[in-house]
Amino acid sequence: MEGLRKLEKVCQILEENGRDPGRLITILQAVQEEYRYLPEEILTFVATSLNLTSAHVYGVATFYSHFTLKPKGKYIIRICDGTACHVKKSTALLDALRQKLGLKPGMVTTSEMLFTLETVSCLGACGLAPVIMVNDEVYGQMTPEKADKVIDDIIKKEGIGNGK
Amino acid sequence: MASKTCDLEDIRGQFSRASSRAGHRVIVCAGTGCVANGSLKVYVKLAEEIEKKGLPVILSLRFEDEHEKDAVFVSKSGCQGFCQMGPLVTILPENIFYTRVKAEDAAEIVEKTLVEGKIVERLLYVDPSSGKPCAGTGEIPFYQKQQRFVLKECGQIDPEDIAEYIFHHGYEAASKACFMRPEDICEEIVASGLRGRGGGGFPTGKKWAITLRQKGLKKYVICNGDEGDPGAFMDRSVMEGNSHSVIEGMIIAARAIGADEGYVYVRAEYPLAVRRMRKAVEDARKAGILGKDIFASGFNFDVQVMEGAGAFVCGEETALIASIEGKRGMPSPKPPFPAQSGLHGKPTVINNVETMATVPLIMRMGAEEYKKMGTAGSPGTKTFALTGHVANTGLIEVPFGTSLRKIVYEIAGGVTADDGNISEKPFKAVQIGGPSGGCLIQEHLDIPMDFDSLRKAGAMVGSGGLVVMNSNTCMVSIARFFMQFTQNESCGKCVLCREGTKQMLALLDDIIEGRATEETLQILEDLARAVQVGSLCGLGKTAPNPVLSTLRYFREEYLAHVKYKYCPAGRCKALAKYRIDPASCKGCTLCSRKCPVGAIKGERGKVHVIDEKLCIKCGACVQACKFNAVSGGAR
Repeated sequence: MEGLRKLEKVCQILEENGRDPGRLITILQAVQEEYRYLPEEILTFVATSLNLTSAHVYGVATFYSHFTLKPKGKYIIRICDGTACHVKKSTALLDALRQKLGLKPGMVTTSEMLFTLETVSCLGACGLAPVIMVNDEVYGQMTPEKADKVIDDIIKKEGIGNGK
Repeated sequence: MASKTCDLEDIRGQFSRASSRAGHRVIVCAGTGCVANGSLKVYVKLAEEIEKKGLPVILSLRFEDEHEKDAVFVSKSGCQGFCQMGPLVTILPENIFYTRVKAEDAAEIVEKTLVEGKIVERLLYVDPSSGKPCAGTGEIPFYQKQQRFVLKECGQIDPEDIAEYIFHHGYEAASKACFMRPEDICEEIVASGLRGRGGGGFPTGKKWAITLRQKGLKKYVICNGDEGDPGAFMDRSVMEGNSHSVIEGMIIAARAIGADEGYVYVRAEYPLAVRRMRKAVEDARKAGILGKDIFASGFNFDVQVMEGAGAFVCGEETALIASIEGKRGMPSPKPPFPAQSGLHGKPTVINNVETMATVPLIMRMGAEEYKKMGTAGSPGTKTFALTGHVANTGLIEVPFGTSLRKIVYEIAGGVTADDGNISEKPFKAVQIGGPSGGCLIQEHLDIPMDFDSLRKAGAMVGSGGLVVMNSNTCMVSIARFFMQFTQNESCGKCVLCREGTKQMLALLDDIIEGRATEETLQILEDLARAVQVGSLCGLGKTAPNPVLSTLRYFREEYLAHVKYKYCPAGRCKALAKYRIDPASCKGCTLCSRKCPVGAIKGERGKVHVIDEKLCIKCGACVQACKFNAVSGGAR
């Protein structure tokens, strides 16, 4: 039942893009927007519907860094590690956030699926370095303390206990 | 059904009438930087406070019914470039420029400036060199020394209001171009000497003329907004701050080559730019400026905005085309050039955002007038993203040929130390052009910045990122930083780029971590040359540039790392040597208790010593010492 509903949404996305294989990236972006990741069975479904090989779709999905085959958290925190942010100590922010979120080495997503932590090469807000981005919102001139507060505010908004 | 024809004159008149009713105009910067600093809250609060004072507020101009006289027109603008001082608020007609405005300041601004006509002194920018507060942008050295041409309207107009763009003579050039012969448009751009701003500096007019000559009815125009160089944000600012200028440039390009379809490819990391470009395309379509029979000229052209999916290599034109086609963004060999066989195998013109935004300005003022700016070989102006160790960071625009000295010392306000204060120490280097570029040093401070002089100096304009570095920067670490970046972003198609960059990174790690010998430098250099010749696209060909250019200008720094295992800037943690100054040590034992590996020996009241063999260079002793007796280590 759940599976059927999933595919219904994918079909809608495929229709909106005219089942055009040339729009594969746009389609995958929409699918990921919906599920927050690209489930394997949906990739196969998309491939069949667009008359492409699964290998082709898998190749595209793994080429671009924005696509993920693993579920991501509701809030994606991107730490900018561009030149300007790097010289202004973005690595310290990364360490602080990993600790705050309790991420063990190798982990990028918190166990309750609320946060995913990533680094990106440049967010283009270098005047405000160091910068982080939470989903589509940019926070500039960050310090580990300020980053802490950003996380706390989200946790409060989501109504999950006080702090961690 | 006849399509709607856009009457620019009519819109201009309506906008002029409506805006002239406003007594004051308050412009709040809503670029990515200022929004991150809370400018949207300032915007909302200002509007509230103005209403509270009983003044009529205009949030968007209405053409149908008249606004009350002396209303206050509050609008948002794109990036004004001075991101570090944001949120920025400008008040017209007085041209008062407030910096670091918070929502709490709104009431005071309304009361003092809008009602009483006075200036809120504490919100003015203070020139650090003279200590003088500056009322308007005209008094601020950061703006004074620039020539804002492409960025002129960025930060003034409301990028989401097509009528305001039209009021400032927007789409005039496009409407004229729609009735011109394509050959004449190409000729005008050739005559202007405009060179592509994406990095290569290829003459734009020539590219168009080649595409025009190709047979076939279907052609495309692509605007490359996949600005991926770390440290560059010029294109983001133009897309966010003056979206319609990009579309106008594309219409002119389309007319010049005979294309009827266009794409704007925007980096996924720029959500605001994606949103504003999409809105601009929609508004232009509604106004009849995109679509069928534009300006009743019989010319058809429409644009789609495509969001990238996160791959630096897609800034390379053939990779970008593959990405639009829904494939992995991997480059393909040239020739054939996109001008011959591009998107879906059709002739395609692909230009960078800044180039596109310059085109309407050239068509409006004429090639002759345009050529008066800049140098003979590189006419016009160039935007640079200024970051790193300087007093003023942000987005700037200067004519080509401006010296680096003027940019660093006059516009950027001088080199700063690590604490952000202006430093007495000399400037060390500027990294220009991001991971594909090179560095410029003291001796280059006075060379004119243009395509050809920079190439001669072993650097390139590239996309225009300028990262200024002070004397505390380790150039080997900087080279490693860029190498890591290109290594990560290598698409994997060419062996030398895929494997070569990996090995180069490993060699750099050896140098930084003290395992290298002088032979390492030779291997690194040989490998760098091999990667340059053995890679297909610009990413691979230019990936070794930061290494080669730092080797050229800072060889002694590399030698210090490999020969003496010493980092002159004191940045490389593994090479750090900790030492206790016997004169300052009081023998308090604090450091030896804090040392996690027991490397510090000494009795209470006697001088302590660090055993280098045991030391793991964690720096805990430096932090623990209350007498500043422990020195060394990575800063």
